[in-house]
Amino acid sequence: MGGIAAAAGFGTWMWIRDSFHRGGIPSPLRRAEEADDVFSHALFSGTRLARTFDAADIGDARANGDIGLGDDPEPDWKLIVDGANPVSLDQIKALPKVEEITQFKCIEGWNFIMKWGGARFSDFAAAHASGLTEKPWVGLETPDGEYYVGLDRASAMHPQTLLAYEMNGQPLTNDHGAPLRLLIPVKYGIKNLKRIGKISFTDVRPRDYWAENGYDYDSGF
Amino acid sequence: MIWSGLLIYWANDVYKVGWGDTTLFHFFPDSFYGALHFNGRLSEGMAWHFLFMWLFAINGVSYVLYTIFSGEWRYLVPDRNTLREAIQVVLHDLHLSNTPLPRQKFNGAQKIAYSSIIVMGLGSLLTGIAIWKSVQFGWLTAMLGGYAAARVEHFLLTLGYVGFFVIHIAQVIRAGWNNFRAMVTGFEVVDDCDFS
Repeated sequence: MGGIAAAAGFGTWMWIRDSFHRGGIPSPLRRAEEADDVFSHALFSGTRLARTFDAADIGDARANGDIGLGDDPEPDWKLIVDGANPVSLDQIKALPKVEEITQFKCIEGWNFIMKWGGARFSDFAAAHASGLTEKPWVGLETPDGEYYVGLDRASAMHPQTLLAYEMNGQPLTNDHGAPLRLLIPVKYGIKNLKRIGKISFTDVRPRDYWAENGYDYDSGF
Repeated sequence: MIWSGLLIYWANDVYKVGWGDTTLFHFFPDSFYGALHFNGRLSEGMAWHFLFMWLFAINGVSYVLYTIFSGEWRYLVPDRNTLREAIQVVLHDLHLSNTPLPRQKFNGAQKIAYSSIIVMGLGSLLTGIAIWKSVQFGWLTAMLGGYAAARVEHFLLTLGYVGFFVIHIAQVIRAGWNNFRAMVTGFEVVDDCDFS
């Protein structure tokens, strides 16, 4: 009995390991992660908030990825909204300003606590993307298109999801995604795209840089 | 589960035993990852971990339910005599005492060890959920001392399993082949001459 069970386990492991890869991992594992994502979406509630902290808890920000940050931002940067008018930084700043101290969690396992300032994504969407906000997916990409993420609508519209232009009370630096970045504390750092160039509201699930490279698409907490 | 956990831990291997700038042991030396080919496999490790976690949870819940409904829990859950028995067992096994041990299915040391493993399993499940869904189960993460603390607890529990495994294997080897066969199959083969 034990021998049969061990052989079956080993056989299953071999089968999974040697399956063709989809999105950088064996397809059975990809299917398992997609099943987990269905579970995650069912579990998700926009009223559950990520923990917030005191000013004394703020630590040093770690600037990790620089994909999509190859060039300095254009002086006449505008946020391109697929299907609507471009939006200037001043227009974003004209929206109600929100400051929050949250924990930025990298998928690698480290984290830091930081204060961010910006406009709620939901306020931005209501003001500058009317008629598009019921679409189930949101895609964001850097101006050069090198880095891109996809978000489910509920996570994008979460009250703590910001289009951030300040870190620790100062304008964003280039390595943290100036002039405007996504700050989404309900997801791993890989979803917190720096230097947003374009936002699309879509019916189909947008492409996602790290989901194409082996990671879970949802990557949400 | 531990294998895929190590593929994940590699990406941020910050835990060590020591104080201040002194490190007694770093989890883990580079040679450890190198020998096992654990470098640069974070996404693969997560994918396996997120599959195994369901098997781990379902298996654990099934086992506990079986133990409750079959009445087997009576042999496993420690009672007021267990600690005294466990000390006797440890002294006996270390050859510090010659007192014969009472005959029963599981001795005191086994009861404590096997019950602890179930509690540790529950701990791994809860700390795992606290790490995986730290917002949706934010109350759990907070109860465990926060996200970073839950990660440490998850890691320490795993060290506990390794310790259990090492002692367990040593004991099984000591008890001999026939005992091991009985553990797996559920019955023991006894030579006739042993009855004489």
